[in-house]
Amino acid sequence: MFVRIATAAALAVVLSSPTVARDYISIAGSSTVLPFATIVAERLGRGANQKTPVVESGGSSVGKKGVCDGIGTEFIDIGNASSRMKTAELEYCEKNGVKLTEIKVGYDGIVVANSKNGTPLKISLANLGKALTAEVAIGGKMVPNPYKKWSDIDPSLPDAAIRVYGPPTTSGTRASYAEIVNEKAYCKKDADAKAALKASGKKAKTCRAMRTDGAYVEAGEQDNLIVQKLQEDTNAYGIFGFSYLDQNSDTLQGAELSGVVPTFDAIAAGKYKASRALYFYVKHQHVGVVPGIEAYMTEWTKHWGDDGILADAGMIPMPDAERDEMADRMKNRPVLVAADLK
Amino acid sequence: MSDQGSFRLSPERAAERVAYSISLRKRREKRFLFLGKFAVAVALGFLVLLFAGILSKGIPGLFQHYVTLDVQLDAERLDPSGQRTIESLADGDFDGVVRDALYEVLGGPTGRKAKRQARKLISSGSGQRLMQHVLDNPDQMGSTVALQFAVDDDVDTFLRGLISRDTPEADRRVSDQMISYIDLLQAEGRISYEISDYLFFGSASRDAEMAGIRGALVGSILTLLVCIVIAFPLGVATAVYLEEMAPKNRFTEIIEININNLAAVPSVVFGIMGLAIFIVIFGMPRSIPLVGGIVLALMTLPTIIISSRASIRAVPPSIRDAALGVGASKMQTITHHVLPLAMPGMLTGTIIGMAQALGETAPLLMIGMVAFIVDVPSGVTDPGTVLPVQIFMWADFAERMFIQKTSAAIIVLLAFLISMNAAAILLRKKLERRW
Repeated sequence: MFVRIATAAALAVVLSSPTVARDYISIAGSSTVLPFATIVAERLGRGANQKTPVVESGGSSVGKKGVCDGIGTEFIDIGNASSRMKTAELEYCEKNGVKLTEIKVGYDGIVVANSKNGTPLKISLANLGKALTAEVAIGGKMVPNPYKKWSDIDPSLPDAAIRVYGPPTTSGTRASYAEIVNEKAYCKKDADAKAALKASGKKAKTCRAMRTDGAYVEAGEQDNLIVQKLQEDTNAYGIFGFSYLDQNSDTLQGAELSGVVPTFDAIAAGKYKASRALYFYVKHQHVGVVPGIEAYMTEWTKHWGDDGILADAGMIPMPDAERDEMADRMKNRPVLVAADLK
Repeated sequence: MSDQGSFRLSPERAAERVAYSISLRKRREKRFLFLGKFAVAVALGFLVLLFAGILSKGIPGLFQHYVTLDVQLDAERLDPSGQRTIESLADGDFDGVVRDALYEVLGGPTGRKAKRQARKLISSGSGQRLMQHVLDNPDQMGSTVALQFAVDDDVDTFLRGLISRDTPEADRRVSDQMISYIDLLQAEGRISYEISDYLFFGSASRDAEMAGIRGALVGSILTLLVCIVIAFPLGVATAVYLEEMAPKNRFTEIIEININNLAAVPSVVFGIMGLAIFIVIFGMPRSIPLVGGIVLALMTLPTIIISSRASIRAVPPSIRDAALGVGASKMQTITHHVLPLAMPGMLTGTIIGMAQALGETAPLLMIGMVAFIVDVPSGVTDPGTVLPVQIFMWADFAERMFIQKTSAAIIVLLAFLISMNAAAILLRKKLERRW
């Protein structure tokens, strides 16, 4: 008898539910944007009559693909990304009939840091690229990275083994780092590297590969793990987002890259080159269907200023002009088209 | 070698050989015993290490620092329209009232900068806390009450001694001005270190001092409820059918093999299936415990079926024969005799399956339950997350106070798991029958 009743109850639960409408905003994407998006979501939820948006992680690609998957409440409303949408990704959106507006919310710096008890690192971006990219130019050819010590690259660098903890391939931080440092600062700038790439017929994009011989250690998606490792291992360096350096400024020091120390002001002024913009993508068809999307966007504008709580949490604010432009976008919601991404 | 006699051992030699082989055997036995003890010691050692690590980090996480402030509950400011409802209180300036109480204790800081430093001492949720207090005690309106407010997470980290005063001011998140304020508050005995009420009664928050596990705990309970309501009857029914009623043929053999295969399927696959079927085809919302529970039910079904079948098989055939012999029908035999006797084993299997489901995050990733969810779910169709997900998310946040909170949440999860396992053992002890 019990079994029969329980089965009936289970069936009733399963069958009665599919018509539930979603009355909360669903957001997913970049784990770099997540800490900031959650702060905004929580503040929005503290107001009356508004459910707190649900923010999922997953990575930039999950955010950009997820928001484009289709129209309807089973899909997310807003996708977070720490790298801009690519034309191919936008095509997928258009194929599914999804219209998006792109909103930039701020910047995040990528830092190379080590323990305060270790040797501070002062290095040019090109040399940093040489230290960690999989193949470097030696004698006019691209060869597997032979550098064991920092001082092998440049005698002025520390006489210590190269050991850098960083994020794995799924991470947006890793993708941005490889693009900014390995590709743009080394392979596209360094004369030897350019010649060697040309000689071997390889594209500069191939430089994005990080070395796999143990000098670069993939430490998992969790930046906190890297921070803990650095506190124990004073000879090692780590690559992570600026907010983690900001929170641990009493035990960690950021490396000076091409003469610029990673500080809040240097990143905000654009002097510190290893930084990227943070975005979110709003689906037009859901505005007005899922309640609160406009309020969520407005909530960002309350906190993204120089004195706001997002800056306290380590996000680098945009200049005033850019903030005004984005606030306008939130109101008018221009549709993102391929031409914008060029 | 040539003559026969040399094959026969002299008694002394024989005794020697026997003694030798016995000592060899004893030595082997000793080694075997030692290996066994060693394995147990290693396992126990790791367990002790794990618990010591979690407890040493987590127990401080159960506590946090509070500051006591004398707050004037001024009806004019807190409830301008005077109705004492949530709506009318929403217009009240609770943050301002708490702030004024703080400024007064600190001797009235002047200037925008000093006030800003003072504000950074207390949690940004202090206004909300006051509002809750007023809602709970409407009769105190108009009086001055001493209330405890959580200090900001950076201040808490400083009070725990994890931020040294000796580091240069620019390198620490607590300024000299703030330290002098903290010293002042400590001198007046206003700072206390107590069991954190936010940890147990607060929900997810990005302010580390206010973050709590209530939302995740409720989410876990709801998810497990859905899971057990679906998995237990289905699992038991399958086991009874396969064990008692199904004919032994090719078809049932295939079913049996596939149930065992299902038990070995990686859990994330169930999540992908949940996404494809329940969310995309049935159009259920993302992130809800209902979908999570269904997915976990599918995951635990094989465990329940296998353990239920084992316990049905353990019921002696003589019981069935006796029941049939006195004229019971097949169904009466099963429901009156076999099921009650097999129940303890089935329940044990179910609880172990549930404990396994409680610790899962991978299948929930795909259906959107690995998410930052603030509101405590009030039903299975409200968005919710579960304890292990909460732990995972806290472990990744940059604010340092989350390190202790993470370990504290692990303690709660372990306590939950241990009590479930203890319940399984108790049930078995209580209901078990021996023949």
